[in-house]
Amino acid sequence: MLCETCHERDAVVHLTTIENNAVHQLHLCERCAAERGVETTLKTDKHPLGEFLHLVHQQVATAGGTSTDSMRCSFCNTTMADFRATGRWGCARCYSNFEAGIRELLRRVHGSHRHIGRSYRPPVSETLERQAVLGELKDRLRRAIESEQFELAADLRDRIRVME
Amino acid sequence: MTVDLSLLPDGGVGWLDASGAHSDIVLSTRIRFARNVEGYAFTGRARDGERLRVLSQVREAIGTVSSLREAVMYRLDELPPTSRALLHERHLVSKELAGLDAQHPLRSGAAVFLADGLGVMVNEEDHLRLQSLRSGFALHEAYAAIDKLDRDLGARLPYSYHGEFGFLTACPTNVGTGMRGSVLIHLPGLVLTKEIGKVLNSLQQMGLTYRGLYGEGSEVVGNFFQISNQTTLGRSEEELLDQLLRVVGHVVEREAEARRVLLRDAGYIIEDKLWRAYGTLRYARSLTFEEAMNYLSGVRLAVGLKLISTLSVYTLNKLLIFSQAAHLAFAEGKALTESETNLARARYVRKALEQEAGSVG
Repeated sequence: MLCETCHERDAVVHLTTIENNAVHQLHLCERCAAERGVETTLKTDKHPLGEFLHLVHQQVATAGGTSTDSMRCSFCNTTMADFRATGRWGCARCYSNFEAGIRELLRRVHGSHRHIGRSYRPPVSETLERQAVLGELKDRLRRAIESEQFELAADLRDRIRVME
Repeated sequence: MTVDLSLLPDGGVGWLDASGAHSDIVLSTRIRFARNVEGYAFTGRARDGERLRVLSQVREAIGTVSSLREAVMYRLDELPPTSRALLHERHLVSKELAGLDAQHPLRSGAAVFLADGLGVMVNEEDHLRLQSLRSGFALHEAYAAIDKLDRDLGARLPYSYHGEFGFLTACPTNVGTGMRGSVLIHLPGLVLTKEIGKVLNSLQQMGLTYRGLYGEGSEVVGNFFQISNQTTLGRSEEELLDQLLRVVGHVVEREAEARRVLLRDAGYIIEDKLWRAYGTLRYARSLTFEEAMNYLSGVRLAVGLKLISTLSVYTLNKLLIFSQAAHLAFAEGKALTESETNLARARYVRKALEQEAGSVG
């Protein structure tokens, strides 16, 4: 008999549980049993994401499986199946590409999906900043020439020269 | 090339000096932030070249950060396994970064920057793992240092950040603040009075979790527990810290109370047990790591209860680190088999206790 969870290894643990007055029998391999917290002789690292990955699996199954499963992150090519196997996303873009699923899973893991800690703004690139300032100076130079403010125009031209 | 730990201030183990609050119960406080650099795949998915580019970008940014100006950099990918194990045993790098974890082989571009009480691991599970380490129970101090480092570095490096989800991390359990605060605490009183189960259960109800001495996946040995926040999203850094501060403060009180009860109700039994632990460490000829940890736990309790007065907590803290396998091999200057390690460990512990023995007892 194969394990009912992984369908790969032989079931050697036969777990009987009683829920809502109904008896359930579950046939598991040693590893899957250990992952569910059943004490076995096998030493397994309890995966911190065990429960979480189980949920992803369920969610994929209820969503029809294959369609979400084959979705790929446009930046790093990570798929839902990769995430299930490793418990890790491939890049920051994955969070946008798998957004809807991630929101639900974060709610389950953290009890919330909304960050309310410190907010952050990435540094503005120096090149971009310089280009913006230069653009503004050139605009002002054009206006100064148009309005015949030649002294101001000369000053602006000098500043632009220094920056270029 | 081997690692030259003498470059580090205090050998990177200044946090062992037992100078912080409640140092008889709390060994150290650590806060870490997980961050990623925008524009690259996360470490596990990145190519060798990408990881090296991340490292060079980080290196450049770190050069401008005042708290890391004196930092020493070690390239883990250029160090032999023994040196990497040494850094890991000092709690300066994770098992994953050191490439000692069977699931995660050593990566190119794996590096660590270390300064006094601060560290930045590069190309760990996330591009950056900033950490701040303090002796004793010192969450606010540790936070102030890492917050400054994070702001300085984040002003130079574009971090991956999402308006709704916060700081983005490879593992969704770290997303949001990316912050994990953890307190390394010694709880023999609660273990001996069998109260520990209740305490650990209540931790989980309060949104906290516990691990062994070496973090995730490590077993509890010598009654040392690392208590940390379980979730990182949906609450601010301050709220997460306050919760940890309150709950760990409560655990410290419970431990102190358990120790008083033990001494009051089982005085001579405890005293006998602890002196036997001391005796074993003082005279044993071979000690496994687990044995050493368990006896050290007993002796540490005896020092906390003032049964042994001439032994310092600092010495005991050092023994925890320096009696580990890689440190013993380093001290002996050669690779050791398991039984040689056990002999070397007993020799090392004996010598350290002898030096401080004086008027013990």
